[in-house]
Amino acid sequence: MKNKSLSFWLFLTPTLVALALVVFIPVLEGLFYSFTNWDGLTFTKVVGFQNYITLFQDKAFINAFWFTVGFVIVTVIMLNVIGLGLALLVTQKFKGNNFLRTVFFMPNMIGGLILGFIWQFIFTQGFQALGNALHMDWLQNWLTNETTGFWGLVIVTVWQMSGYIMIIYIAYLQNIPNEIIEAAKIDGASAWQRFTKITFPMIAPAFTVCMFLTLSNGFKIYDQNLSLTNGGPYNSTQMLAMDIVNTAYNSGNFALSEAKAIIFFIIVAAISLLQVAYNRKREEDL
Amino acid sequence: MDKKGRVGLGIIGLLLGILWLFPFYLILTNSFKTPKGIFASVLSFPHPSTGDNYVNSFRALNFIGSLTNSLIITVCSVLLIILCSSMAAYALQRNHSKLSGGILMLFISAMLIPFQSVMIPLTANFGAVHFLNMWGLVIMYLGFDASLSVFLYQGTLASIPIAMDESAEIEGASRWQIFTKVIFPMLSPITVTVAILNIIAIWNDYLLPSLVLPQAQYTIPLQMFNFFGEYTKQWHLALAGITLSIIPVILFYLFAQKWIIKGVTDGAVK
Repeated sequence: MKNKSLSFWLFLTPTLVALALVVFIPVLEGLFYSFTNWDGLTFTKVVGFQNYITLFQDKAFINAFWFTVGFVIVTVIMLNVIGLGLALLVTQKFKGNNFLRTVFFMPNMIGGLILGFIWQFIFTQGFQALGNALHMDWLQNWLTNETTGFWGLVIVTVWQMSGYIMIIYIAYLQNIPNEIIEAAKIDGASAWQRFTKITFPMIAPAFTVCMFLTLSNGFKIYDQNLSLTNGGPYNSTQMLAMDIVNTAYNSGNFALSEAKAIIFFIIVAAISLLQVAYNRKREEDL
Repeated sequence: MDKKGRVGLGIIGLLLGILWLFPFYLILTNSFKTPKGIFASVLSFPHPSTGDNYVNSFRALNFIGSLTNSLIITVCSVLLIILCSSMAAYALQRNHSKLSGGILMLFISAMLIPFQSVMIPLTANFGAVHFLNMWGLVIMYLGFDASLSVFLYQGTLASIPIAMDESAEIEGASRWQIFTKVIFPMLSPITVTVAILNIIAIWNDYLLPSLVLPQAQYTIPLQMFNFFGEYTKQWHLALAGITLSIIPVILFYLFAQKWIIKGVTDGAVK
């Protein structure tokens, strides 16, 4: 199809128009509004970098930033370790391995909002009952402070996403030719050697994919945060996405919320691109 | 592996499987208890058990209504995304110019933009033209989800030889006929992937519809959120509501599992 041909543009237009209306025009507007005193409807003046200065002094935003960074570090490690572990488990030959795949992936089908509600019950009622029965104090009063709120969010995310990460690792594990493993066995390599010297390097591309997914998902989490802790107690478990939404719709500070959203965009985009570039290079080195 | 090792793995797997399913067990058993029953023991089996929670939450959730809304929005959005993004990908892939390369980069870069960066101007614009309803939402889903879909389609299109187009053209087919009769049917494996990924994302979405939909058009997640706010700490009703709302998803999963696993893998790996 040629650039000038009518059909080229007819085929492309619906999607391009939607993309422009829904993503590109709003993001440019938002960028502009972040330099004004916009109230969601109109603005009276351009304020330069004032909103950006304010946001770096905004305790809620800074708290949300560090809380989110901690959450992302912990979940990226746990999801990749557990996801790979589950993948290695269910790709072994034993009775019920396919059924287990089904089970591990199932939470991923349920939306974050409902998952948060499910676990709110388990943390507040189930853990409490278990703690009483086993006389374990650490199981009690979950979600009433920052620490248990943090680990609550981590547990929900790990329960939800491990199966997803597992599926991706399985796809790469199945691509490893069986002959290589068999040959290594004949040469007398131990299970650990086969894993570190063969399996691990061969699934390096899976790390790139899984790191990317877990990193960017971790930063963008909102639904689970809303339904599990709603940021509480006292906004101590509020993550970046939620702080941005609340700055707009609870505090009515639309211009500041836009400035936060632009910084959020830069953080997410930079980390995603850096991470992919780094892992590509590492893959080439292997 | 020797027999002992296999039994060992089976036991580890069994324990992990129980751990994974335990939340579902707790939700299900407690949804049949009275408030007193939950208070007395969360971990026990429901005794005495009651179905009243389901009757009440079914009504309070307006379950049939919200299920219908969820279905309409998901089906319309997914069909529109499949049609438009496959057409766009076809145009881009069969045109080897700098322009189409640039447009493809535009689609890919849109994937990096988080929702929060567009949400306020987006809802303000759609509100200004009175499009804050399910049809506006369907258009928004096309805008948000087209990028990944175009990207997936265009990867598959690259493997379909252009000779297919040319021979149809010689036989006098128009561009539209070539696409619908020859190309699109060959794309069906990736169409399944695009459909699965979008169904899961759209069905479960909360934040965007909560900003766009009027109450009469509430989907299941929105209704659940409201319901939860109303019945705070009335766990017997809340749990029945949760169970009701995940039944459609679990049924879909068990029915379409093979395609779902394939779709999710393709979406992440390609």
